[in-house]
Amino acid sequence: MSILKVNALRSTADGQEILKGIDLEINPGEIHVIMGPNGAGKSTLANVLMGHPAHEVVSGEAIFGGKVLFDMKVDERAKAGLFLSFQYPQEVPGVTVDNFLRTSKKEISGIMPMLGAFKKDVKQHMEMLDMDQKYLERYLNLGFSGGEKKKNEILQMAVLSPKLAILDETDSGLDVDAIRVVYETVQKLATKDNAILVITHYNKILNYIKPDFVHILVDGKIVKSGDLSLATEVEEKGYEAFKKSTDVNGAA
Amino acid sequence: MEKKTYVADVDRGVYDIINTEDHRFVSDKGLTEDIIREISREKKEPEWMMNFRLESLEIYKKKPLPTWGADLSELDVENIVHYVRPNTDMQTSWDDVPEDIKNTFERLGIPEAERKSLAGVGAQYDSEVVYHSIRKELVDLGVIYTDMDTAIKEYEHLIKPYFMKLITNRDHKFSALHGAVWSGGSFVYVPEGVEVEFPLQSYFRLNAKGAGQFEHTLIIVEKNAKLHFIEGCSAPKYSVQNLHAGAVELFVKEGATLRYSTIENWSRNMYNLNTKRSVVEKNGKIEWVSGSFGSKVSMLYPMSILKGEGASSEFTGITFASKGQYLDTGTKVVHAASNTSSVINSKSISKDGGHAFYRGLLKVAKGAKNVKSMVNCESLMLDNRSKSDTVPIIDIQGDLVDIGHEAKIGRISDETIFYLMSRGISEAEAKAMIVRGFVEPITKELPLEYAVELNQLINLELEGTIG
Repeated sequence: MSILKVNALRSTADGQEILKGIDLEINPGEIHVIMGPNGAGKSTLANVLMGHPAHEVVSGEAIFGGKVLFDMKVDERAKAGLFLSFQYPQEVPGVTVDNFLRTSKKEISGIMPMLGAFKKDVKQHMEMLDMDQKYLERYLNLGFSGGEKKKNEILQMAVLSPKLAILDETDSGLDVDAIRVVYETVQKLATKDNAILVITHYNKILNYIKPDFVHILVDGKIVKSGDLSLATEVEEKGYEAFKKSTDVNGAA
Repeated sequence: MEKKTYVADVDRGVYDIINTEDHRFVSDKGLTEDIIREISREKKEPEWMMNFRLESLEIYKKKPLPTWGADLSELDVENIVHYVRPNTDMQTSWDDVPEDIKNTFERLGIPEAERKSLAGVGAQYDSEVVYHSIRKELVDLGVIYTDMDTAIKEYEHLIKPYFMKLITNRDHKFSALHGAVWSGGSFVYVPEGVEVEFPLQSYFRLNAKGAGQFEHTLIIVEKNAKLHFIEGCSAPKYSVQNLHAGAVELFVKEGATLRYSTIENWSRNMYNLNTKRSVVEKNGKIEWVSGSFGSKVSMLYPMSILKGEGASSEFTGITFASKGQYLDTGTKVVHAASNTSSVINSKSISKDGGHAFYRGLLKVAKGAKNVKSMVNCESLMLDNRSKSDTVPIIDIQGDLVDIGHEAKIGRISDETIFYLMSRGISEAEAKAMIVRGFVEPITKELPLEYAVELNQLINLELEGTIG
């Protein structure tokens, strides 16, 4: 059974249509990459799936882990195993990373994590991400650099072990070293039981992560899906070529 | 059943438990010379005190209501019972305190805190102090901690030069009222050079319906001495008005440090018109931690007068206004000498149509040089119905003054709630986390037990935020 199955999904924000019929199926053990130009709706797709209040689902459906995704509240989606690594993680003064991780883990797993095991787990992942342990006592994302915020997102992913993790432009704002550390960690977190959906508009991350599927999202639609070779095609031709193909489809 | 939406309807738990009224003496409602004389007789006070009360009553009658701040037109002082003496004398052992009163303080966690982390405790019930104790080693060092009635009789020479000299009965209508009907409160005297390691705490509980509480707290911290004093207040909910018009006078001598922490947690029928002031001598320091919860109306502006060179003050305040509440709070600092410094950190939260108003005064007197001050006010509104205002008045007549001021008013952000919810945290808990985080700089200033209490109060206030 697939982890996520999206059918003809359309959405609006502020009355404007952004997603114009998305079909997507993600199975356990798969890594998907969605690429596309700025403004194509990539982040919108991530936000709609997670349940951002500014986006309205107009039609279509999504089944996540056998349940109707859009019937669930945001926290219920998280508890069902959906995770979103934010493009712009929020700063929350007064709430420490440690407290936040522990609270999330408790909510998602349904039980208070065992202190010793939890600490060990967190420490191990922080080492993997080349994060200083001191971050645990810092307020959530407050004053973090772009790279630190993104590492902190992946740390949460590692600790919460979701069924499906959506990474919304986690590479943006990262230097080369950080990109490597982050995506190598993501690759390590991939198992045969979970799945990862990476959203990006660069293909340089493909040096570190090996997707099973690549999708090109242009103007609210997935215009082409394929394997890794599709990313090479983007590199050579740019997105313009795919934009034209939408027009062709539109005309047809 | 529909979930109750507003905090006013929420059971405030231990704070709302009402005891049967069992009094030894209750004054008539309202204010007359006869009532004042009777209160004074009942307390067996010296004559100067009775005369002071009568003078205050005359001033009270002539003073107009304040024309700024809260709307007090509905407050009916004539209908308030100004003096309620509980049916017990002051005890020094909890075992001798009547069962129901003792249980009240047990529920509020006072005896437990006393055992664990306090150097002394005073507990006031309605108009009189029912329990007072202090660790023996402090007594041996000359520290005095007792109720005001006892203090006036036993330490008249210490009280008379200070009592209502910092807050006078001419300052405003409610300081005059206080002068006329004050009762209870604590007196603390810390002799020169004595550092009191653990805090002292006085807790003021108003149980009687339609009554007023007018406790007077007088603290003198002598040269190079040190004290942390904690004040707690609460009352159960009634449908009639209650009035709290206490007075707190703090004298911080040369090189001394006093920290004064309060969590006021009144029921929604309370008019809280409290006056607190401190005067700080050379190189002395006053630190205020002030939490204002509950009440229908509050007007509270703890004041620091930095009188001696090098004196300093720190004010950390939190105000939480919910449905039907108007909380007008802030602080006043007067830099009356050179090289004085002050820090003001105020946080307010409003929800369900509540209105939190920050009103502050920062004054640098003529001739004061090298004055430093940092003012930081932040407000957080949890919905579109709630209101928040910030009016920091800065009046500078001195030279070489370095003042920083920052004010932020914001609404709780949907993006942040979404972010937290995406990690499995419910909407209610996400809001609570954001609010707790917002006040964290204040909770971390409090001793653990009080930080826990503050967080519990915030949770209580937040209950029902999701309609």
